[in-house]
Amino acid sequence: MKKAWLLAAVAAFALNGAVEAKTLKWGSAREIASLDPYSFGETFTLSVLNHVYEGLVRYTGDLKIEPALAESWETVTPTTWRFKLRQGVKFHNGNPFTADDVIASLQRVTHDTSPLKGNLPAYKSSKKIDDYTVEIEVNGPYPLLLNDLTNIFVFDKEWMEANNSLLPTDSGKGVKGYATDNANGTGPFKVESRRADSKTIFAKNPSWWDKPQHNIDVIEFIPITSSSTRVAAMLSGEIDFTNVAPLQDLPRLTASSEVKVLQTNELRSVFFAFNLTDKLVESDVKDKNPFKDIKVREALYRAIDIDAVQKRAMRGLSRNTGALVAPAIPGYEPSQDQRLPFDLNGAKKLLADAGYPNGFSFVMNCQSDSLVNEEEFCQAVAAMWSRAGLKPNLSLAPRSQQAPKRVKGDFDLISFGWANEPMIDAYSLLVQVLRSKSGTGGVFNWGNWGDSRIDALTDKAGVELDTPKRIEMMKEALKIAKAEHLFIPLHQQPMAWAMRNTMASTVQASDNKPRLWLTMMK
Amino acid sequence: MPAFLFKRFVNAAGVMLAVAFLAFLTFRFVGDPVELMLNEQASQQQRDELRTRLGLDKGFVLQFATFVGNAVRGDFGISYRNQQEVFTLIAERFPATFELVLVATFLSLAVGIPLGVYTAIKRDSLLAKALQFISVLGVSLPSFALGILFILVFSVNLQWLPAFGRGEVVQIGWWSTGFLTASGRKALILPGITLSLFQITLVMRLVRAEMLETMRTDFIRFARARGLPSRAVHFRHALRNCLMPVITVTGLQIGNLIAFALVTETVFQWPGMGMLFVQAVTFVDIPVMAAYLIVVSFIFVSLNTLVDLTYAWVDPRLREDALSGGANAR
Repeated sequence: MKKAWLLAAVAAFALNGAVEAKTLKWGSAREIASLDPYSFGETFTLSVLNHVYEGLVRYTGDLKIEPALAESWETVTPTTWRFKLRQGVKFHNGNPFTADDVIASLQRVTHDTSPLKGNLPAYKSSKKIDDYTVEIEVNGPYPLLLNDLTNIFVFDKEWMEANNSLLPTDSGKGVKGYATDNANGTGPFKVESRRADSKTIFAKNPSWWDKPQHNIDVIEFIPITSSSTRVAAMLSGEIDFTNVAPLQDLPRLTASSEVKVLQTNELRSVFFAFNLTDKLVESDVKDKNPFKDIKVREALYRAIDIDAVQKRAMRGLSRNTGALVAPAIPGYEPSQDQRLPFDLNGAKKLLADAGYPNGFSFVMNCQSDSLVNEEEFCQAVAAMWSRAGLKPNLSLAPRSQQAPKRVKGDFDLISFGWANEPMIDAYSLLVQVLRSKSGTGGVFNWGNWGDSRIDALTDKAGVELDTPKRIEMMKEALKIAKAEHLFIPLHQQPMAWAMRNTMASTVQASDNKPRLWLTMMK
Repeated sequence: MPAFLFKRFVNAAGVMLAVAFLAFLTFRFVGDPVELMLNEQASQQQRDELRTRLGLDKGFVLQFATFVGNAVRGDFGISYRNQQEVFTLIAERFPATFELVLVATFLSLAVGIPLGVYTAIKRDSLLAKALQFISVLGVSLPSFALGILFILVFSVNLQWLPAFGRGEVVQIGWWSTGFLTASGRKALILPGITLSLFQITLVMRLVRAEMLETMRTDFIRFARARGLPSRAVHFRHALRNCLMPVITVTGLQIGNLIAFALVTETVFQWPGMGMLFVQAVTFVDIPVMAAYLIVVSFIFVSLNTLVDLTYAWVDPRLREDALSGGANAR
């Protein structure tokens, strides 16, 4: 299969005077769930499949929304969006792309059994105006439809009908689907062959609608879960690119003259969140919850020597922050990025003022396999709090064990990271984390934190179509959270990619998604 | 004999059921698949609906009964993560694991037997002593450390062998084999050695002990007295009497190797059943975990039963003991 293809490719290139097909070997940290983007709600799987499938709109390399399969759009009424579709686009199987495909895809992704239903929360219905015009109706005024649509990929309706895949797969009923192992999109690459856990081969789509800004003919996608093996493969030249270069191995990779490390900070901001119910879970203070006193929260904040955490626990690679969202996220404000200074004596004094001159004990729930160097920074901070006279009990365990406790509210303090993906907007954090629990909001409000003022602002921002106004509301809400010290911000996580000198350039955005259609090889 | 057979099969079925039950008990502590299947934007209601659809809101007993009922019909459901039939997933991965285990078994016999014979015959030589010492190291060195060491030396520094994967494989029906291509054979070397090292030392020690035992027997003395060359004595008479236990242990160890391959597979990104299981644990993919444990315990139970039956067929005393409840065959 592959050999035949290569021969064909070589023959084709011989005609163009080129010598050989340019192959990029991409070593990733894990396998994608399947070839069906609607089967498992995972950002990484979507980012890989974005090379094959496309949405109506997409993010540029600097996270701005630009037209993709839709050429333009307008809001007809506050709840109706009209999209003009791009003409002349073809799916990999040669079928033309029309309004029917968009509608069938929207129905599939918002079906009750679709795990991705939550990615399009405001969707109500869609209708075809003509072959290249679609109207999408939303539940109420909703400013973030475009952000959501960046991750909703378009399938070919005929292909789905022919292969009985109009509905998503369903683990509950044991319904599997053709789209799990086969793909047919409009994107810059098409799936050539797939062997799960070893290799998936993507070949260039010669009839892609967009002007290619890449020169890759073949992508070999190779998952290598063991990080030391991945680093070894990078050093030995068996892979050209990895989107997960382990932080502890960066010096080794940098030392190699053939490898270049691309290191920056991702969108995910990390902070500590409190249990703010009436009682703590495991504490020597039984009659009340000390964390409900703002002085105590401020004391914990001031007791953290963030520079030491950054230097030791994070190997100097994280970015200290005072804000709850990263600079690239709409809703970020530089003035909020100021941290309270590290002040151990001030922290002790605050604790004494609050009535805990000898501190108190509480349990810190951290996960060993979730955030970058989580174990290290939790241990470092626990030691700092002990120095301030507190008695933190660090509980470290894998995510699969800690998450159920977190969801149940069975903790005193947790480490918490939020990237605001796929929305790339502070509204994601506000509605999912900061908002008090309600019908649709506050899914991640595990510690009963929240504030009626924040709730009101969040709800207003959720239906405000005027972007500057909306962003002001979000900033206001985040300001309240900061003033109240509802959370203790720590840093933005570091992220690192590595590429060999076989590659000339790539685009690394802080959403940590490889975009190989913007990547050049030598 | 029929009574004995029946008893063995009932035993085997009981073991399988017990494994399934224990597996199900542990699944309650591995976490919540729903948290991983939906991303950050899903609402609480969507989470609850999915949990209901997957039947995770039912009681433990009911979930277990449903699983056993379906498993008896050969239906293990579909994977939460890959959305494929679990049985197909495992069948796809089985050839990779089996070929790796085959290579490791072959290596363990090809290297272990000669070393065992040598250390038995030349007990006092320096080399034999060194080998004994190395075998202790081999037993105590964890295979992931060994694997990474091999990768550093042979892939990164010398660039002789691939650091990961199976190379090019050839599909024969549902079986995929790496034996038929150069890159496939190359890819088998490092993981094969890594997996077999423990096994090599085991075989070596077993052969050595058996040889020493046999060398002390009368018929070897007589053979020497007859003036046979020592080579004939060692290999034709002594070794032949040692091989029966070695073959038995090797047969029983195949089950172990299949289970132990998990670590080696993770280090070398070997797309076998162990790799599948490790990933299933990461994503709390309960159907895959359950099916893997059932399949591996089935292999274990079958091998053990097979060995027992062979022995019983060879030695009638065992059959009577098994039936009368005696544990020790005389």
